[in-house]
Amino acid sequence: MPETRPRIGVFVCHCGKNIAGTVDVARVAESVSRFPGVVYATHYEYMCSDPGQALVQRAIKEHRLTGVVVAACSPTMHEETFRRAAEEAGLNPYLVEIANIREQVSWVHTGFPATEKAIRVARTVVEKVQGNRPLRPAEVGVVRRALVVGGGISGIQAALDIANAGFEVILVEKSPSIGGHMAQLSETFPTLDCSQCILTPKMVEAARHPRIRLLAYSEVEEVSGFVGNYRVRIRKKPTYVDPAKCNLCGECEKVCPVRVPNEFDRGLSTRAAIHIPFPQAIPSTYTLDAQNCLGIVPLRCGKCVEVCAPKAIDFDMREEILEEEVGAIVLATGYELYPKEAMAEYGYGTVPDVIDGLEFERLLSASGPTRGEIRRPSDGKVPKEVVFIQCSGSRDPEHHKPYCSKICCMYTAKHALLYRHAVPDGQAYVFYIDIRAGGKDYEEFVNRAMQEERILYIRGKVAKVFREGEKVVVWGADTLTGKRVEVRADLVVLAQAVIPSPGTEELARKLRVACGGEGFLREAHPKLRPLEALTAGIFLAGAAQGPKDIPESVAQASGAAAKAVAILSAPKLEHAPEVAEVQEELCSGCGICVPQCPYGAITVDEVAHVNEILCEGCGTCVAACPSGAMTFRNVEDEQILRMVRAALEAADVGV
Amino acid sequence: MSGFEPRIVAFLCRWCAAAGADLAGTSRLQYPPNAIPIRVNCSGRVEPQWVVEALKAGADGVLIGGCHPGDCHYVVGNYKTRRRIYLLHKLLADMGIEPERVRLAWVSATEGARFAQGMREFLAELKRLGPLHENGGEK
Repeated sequence: MPETRPRIGVFVCHCGKNIAGTVDVARVAESVSRFPGVVYATHYEYMCSDPGQALVQRAIKEHRLTGVVVAACSPTMHEETFRRAAEEAGLNPYLVEIANIREQVSWVHTGFPATEKAIRVARTVVEKVQGNRPLRPAEVGVVRRALVVGGGISGIQAALDIANAGFEVILVEKSPSIGGHMAQLSETFPTLDCSQCILTPKMVEAARHPRIRLLAYSEVEEVSGFVGNYRVRIRKKPTYVDPAKCNLCGECEKVCPVRVPNEFDRGLSTRAAIHIPFPQAIPSTYTLDAQNCLGIVPLRCGKCVEVCAPKAIDFDMREEILEEEVGAIVLATGYELYPKEAMAEYGYGTVPDVIDGLEFERLLSASGPTRGEIRRPSDGKVPKEVVFIQCSGSRDPEHHKPYCSKICCMYTAKHALLYRHAVPDGQAYVFYIDIRAGGKDYEEFVNRAMQEERILYIRGKVAKVFREGEKVVVWGADTLTGKRVEVRADLVVLAQAVIPSPGTEELARKLRVACGGEGFLREAHPKLRPLEALTAGIFLAGAAQGPKDIPESVAQASGAAAKAVAILSAPKLEHAPEVAEVQEELCSGCGICVPQCPYGAITVDEVAHVNEILCEGCGTCVAACPSGAMTFRNVEDEQILRMVRAALEAADVGV
Repeated sequence: MSGFEPRIVAFLCRWCAAAGADLAGTSRLQYPPNAIPIRVNCSGRVEPQWVVEALKAGADGVLIGGCHPGDCHYVVGNYKTRRRIYLLHKLLADMGIEPERVRLAWVSATEGARFAQGMREFLAELKRLGPLHENGGEK
């Protein structure tokens, strides 16, 4: 026979003297015992101790309790403890509530008013428990496979970590090769490791991993479902080259009549329509860029097909749409540099010898267009005076981006230092606002650039950059001396602001993931949940979440992978049941609740439906519902109103 | 009305305001005991109706404590609350109830002192306004 009348037990904790030293605990128990619905009330020295918990468990059985109130410390301390104890004694854990009479009573008040408030607080919680229903966490199965979007260092690291934990990974990269921006870099700060040398082994490992399926030249089209059970549509663009047959002989490239700017070299060199982005590209194959190829439609050029000995080129290749199921998703879509067109004041885009940081990386790179010799784009001369401008487009809320791009202080010091190594008689100038070198061995690295390499650091902003004959003139101000500075340079390198890679916001919309004002993917909590998106089961890695250097990106990728593995390895997913719920007979289907929800948990057809796995339980939709159809499990309006009345009634303190 | 002790109901979000109140406790910051806290997940769950019912049931003031704008655990709950309380303030004024009796307070989990100070200020404000109910709230 189910109990129809509430039988509540109240357990008042002394917490040694922490509570009992201020609050008359015996009086609280005595007073609350006379409250309607309460059949048992007692007090004990340490309720959280084993004997204290046993006392609660015994009372649950002996008094056939239908609800328990523990008047003790903050629920953040021991709510879980007492809920578990109650469950062991056969009481549904969601029928246990904590009345906080320590942090919010005994520690902040004194004397009789403290006891009076403790009684009121306990009584409000007794009212709540009387309205609580037994709940069970929702359970759902998990697809044991992950999707990683983006094949830069972050995506590669996340994919490797998840795969090494024993789960399948689909790694989607939109360009023809994985590697991302790190593949373009020359050397990395502060150790001056060769970037490709440390990256390519990881690329190979990802490509060869038995549990990683690499989908390059592919993009995520659509995502539906929820944590543990996502359905993903991926569009795989045709490369027109069969990677199984291509032997990288490169004959096709030589005969291709097309020359277009080479993206990998940031336009500092050209490439054929059929190309391989860089020699170590993975997948290790040529890609025919259909947009620039003369052969596909309407007239066949076909020169590459003629010379391809292994017959790897197939003009009839079509794009494929793949449907996959995954349990967790890691977004590692990376960054791009703030566009040239936006920096007219620095002559960027109009003066050929004004270039950005990634272009300079290509000039420094041994595999770059100049084979590592620093030659300026306009005439190929070795520049003898180079000006580096930091915060170009960053920290400039009036004209450009308000935020600090974080990596530029370091890579500019590296650029200047590598330039001095390559051109020992050259002079490097760095304009800076201030130096932000927070990171292991970073400050030391910048000091080395300043002191040992005789790089001239000028504190101040550059006002204007323009061309005068063969020179690029830089006008700036030295804010330390208050003097105007003019440098007649041969080359200017702009440390452009870091922005999210193109398409980030579009992808975020497909995944119902939030973007911040500047378009970077937003984490669930800036401090406590930095790896997670707000949508459960979606994790963030690397510069897509905000400007980051390589070690930080790798660390975040491994963290995101660990989070994904926690989902993939769970036997089933449990989700707190204290969430919103629709009373369908009251719902008019107006849909006011839908935009309230930051998690996309509500859908509306005839009536509203809450996906209880997606709902995080804020209750904002409940407060918005005009017809009272949206309710909140165990925080019903009726419960709150009873709590409010109990809080305001004259306390029966037994005097 | 020198002996007037305002009665306050405080709806506190669990992630910020209630955690801030807990920190006030951990730091042993004393403040007046007039408010009875009711913990909710998010200030966004607080319905204006609850506030009105609390005032009807004898409260002289109602405090709603949430995360600072931009810091809501549920992203935007506190923004919704801010709009709702803004409208409620207008409604209360129309009904002849001083809007100052309903206070929205942003308190982070690290702001124990701000919570205690806010309680003192709110109490002083309510003492200045006097009892909402003619009989001093006694039933």
